[in-house]
Amino acid sequence: MNERVAIIGIGIEGFRSQIRELSYKEMVYNAAVKAYNDADDLDPRTEVDTFISCEEDLNMGVSITDEYAPDQLGAAQRTVHTITDDGITGIAAGYMQIKTGLFDVAVIEAQSRNSDILTHNNIQNFALDPLETRNFNVNYHFTAGLEKRAYMNDTKITEEMIAEVTVRNHKNALKNPYAAFGSNIDKEHVLSTEMICDPIREIEIAKPVDGAIVIVIAAEKIVKEKNVNPIWINGITYATNSPNFGTRNWNEAEYAKICSRKLYELNNITNPLNEIDIYEIDNTYSYKEFQHLEGLGIYEKGESGKKLLNDEYANINPSGGVLGMGNAHEANGLQRVSEIVEQLRGEAGRRQIKGVEKGLAFSWRGLPTTSGAMMMMGVE
Amino acid sequence: MKKNRVGMVSVGMTKFNRRAKETAKELCYYSSKMALDNAGLTRKDIDGVIIGSAPDAFDGVHQKHEYLTDGSGGMNLPSTRGYVGGGTGVFSPIQGWYQIASGMFDTILVTTEEKMSTVQPSAQAAFLTIFDNLIERPLGPNLIWIFALEMQRYMKKHNIPKEHIASVSVKNKLNAIDHPANMLGRKHTLEEVLEAEIMADPVRLLDVSPVADGSVSFVMMSEKKIKENGISYDDVAWVDGVGWNVDTTLWNNRDLYYPKYVEKAAKQAYRMAGLKDGEINPTSLRKWLDFAEPYDPFNYKELHHLEGLQLFEKGGAAKAAFEGITARDGDFPVTPSGGLLGVGNPIAAAAGMKSAELFFQLTGSAGKRQVELNENPRGLAQAWGDLMQVGTVLIMKGGRVE
Repeated sequence: MNERVAIIGIGIEGFRSQIRELSYKEMVYNAAVKAYNDADDLDPRTEVDTFISCEEDLNMGVSITDEYAPDQLGAAQRTVHTITDDGITGIAAGYMQIKTGLFDVAVIEAQSRNSDILTHNNIQNFALDPLETRNFNVNYHFTAGLEKRAYMNDTKITEEMIAEVTVRNHKNALKNPYAAFGSNIDKEHVLSTEMICDPIREIEIAKPVDGAIVIVIAAEKIVKEKNVNPIWINGITYATNSPNFGTRNWNEAEYAKICSRKLYELNNITNPLNEIDIYEIDNTYSYKEFQHLEGLGIYEKGESGKKLLNDEYANINPSGGVLGMGNAHEANGLQRVSEIVEQLRGEAGRRQIKGVEKGLAFSWRGLPTTSGAMMMMGVE
Repeated sequence: MKKNRVGMVSVGMTKFNRRAKETAKELCYYSSKMALDNAGLTRKDIDGVIIGSAPDAFDGVHQKHEYLTDGSGGMNLPSTRGYVGGGTGVFSPIQGWYQIASGMFDTILVTTEEKMSTVQPSAQAAFLTIFDNLIERPLGPNLIWIFALEMQRYMKKHNIPKEHIASVSVKNKLNAIDHPANMLGRKHTLEEVLEAEIMADPVRLLDVSPVADGSVSFVMMSEKKIKENGISYDDVAWVDGVGWNVDTTLWNNRDLYYPKYVEKAAKQAYRMAGLKDGEINPTSLRKWLDFAEPYDPFNYKELHHLEGLQLFEKGGAAKAAFEGITARDGDFPVTPSGGLLGVGNPIAAAAGMKSAELFFQLTGSAGKRQVELNENPRGLAQAWGDLMQVGTVLIMKGGRVE
């Protein structure tokens, strides 16, 4: 099917450190109601063909989490499945289902309920290999420490440059009503904060949040029938490097390279900086923003820091990124996508960047994974 | 509707058993390597990887998709894990279908894996965590007793004698003797099943499928690639119809005698395969299909599902099974593989094994298990899962068509 697919509705609930007044189902329900309303009062019981929820058992505290997915989306006795991956991979699943020609409208949901998790460290330790790395039994941020060290050694990126990423994203977040961690800080403050796993400081780590995002995508013929403001999906992909510490690429974000190589080729993009107006890039750790920008070929390896210091930085993370909005696990990718959608629609309020028409969202699955997902969007 | 035809071109499978010495990654490796070898392919020929596995709690691994990526051949490739609880093993090839039919991929390696022996002393302990943490978990439910509830309700509603249900165990365990991956293939008498150790009335030991470890992989391809690779259509099973459906979480609010979600998933698949609503009835469907592989973690579930799939009238499947209609050499063979009751039940891999049986039967490579096929051979595999909540349906047809 050559019909194009567009995002026609987004709904966001959150993000805050703790949403005490709502259960996770109510959070998702609120986001879904907003998304369906945004998509010209879409009726989930009759107008949606397929639903995809993105979640992980251990984060949700139940096994087989997809059991708990349908009701709050209006999806009971409907076509529903779970993807245990980033929200952008979930959008890819919906996109492909529409592209088969069997379905016209897909709903993608991701949520995080971090405030129900008492021991993040123990859960993340369960993501390590049970026979090998789990036995180190250390704070899980150590992997990021190793990687940041390797990255700084390999490039000429300095602690000061990375501190500027932290400053910039916290400031951007001040203008974003969905962001939990807006603050007006400076480099000196960042460099004076506590070290968690040398060289990772606590302030460089995106803090966990509660929240949910629901996104509606639809085939072109539905987009034309409805009174919506569509943002077209111009390419979507995902990739995994290696789950093993011994066989992964520590110096570069290999998964970002694999994703971008494929999408740029499909879209005939040779220089992304000339062709993309706005970027939302994962920065779950501050250094990751640079590492991902370079993996995606937006800047040469080791050049990101200079670009930022010299005020030559492109329109990157106006939302404040994961650092500013908070770490919402599977919903991180949908945070990136919804920010691009609001920007391209011109609905981003105080953080609106003028004249943007093409955007790129890139998300990472977080430690200890080497998985990323990427999506290109445009007003056309 | 089916613009891009998608075929299954090879299968790889480990033996189902307690495999405590092998990691989940290794199980994935055995089956995915075997599937690639059987197709004469290497990892270079693969565009993407799909991993199917049920709860993370079994392996005690968070983000299981990431963990299994290398074993499943997914390093440096797009890989993803779709998930519908016990329905996953049939859903994973469905996912393979939509990824290829979308035009975004040509060759996909699908692996369905489960390793349950990691949970000590029994995987039942992990199953406690599938229940609602406020309402149900404090009651300490396990799967045996919620199945006992459903089985009671089903028997009561249709006045079904236990003998009829027990005959399914006899049939499937007998069929499984001919399956090379089988764990509990055996010749049982009806009396043995009826008098086996009681677990939760009316469920007895031989009504239940065994916990196991195992992995099953498939290579799926677009028609274009199948032609390019010079694969004979006789050696391909084509995806003809797919459907999946999830009911409300509140399982305790529904009448358990009939799986409406299976009916909805099945109708979706039949319509995709081109059937009109008038043709979706037991008589026409049993002619249209050559055999079925419904999900049989418990013997009554096979019957329950046959009715949900519209292959028998409500309450009619039990008698048919007792009379031998669903035997491998009967009028309408059901579970010729031996199913979960006979081959074993490593959750996602067990339903993967059912999907694989479609491939073996439709390509005429099922050996002693081979059923008689019509001119236009078709088979259906179905799986079920979650809180009595999910139906996944895959219909495939033999390569001799067209």
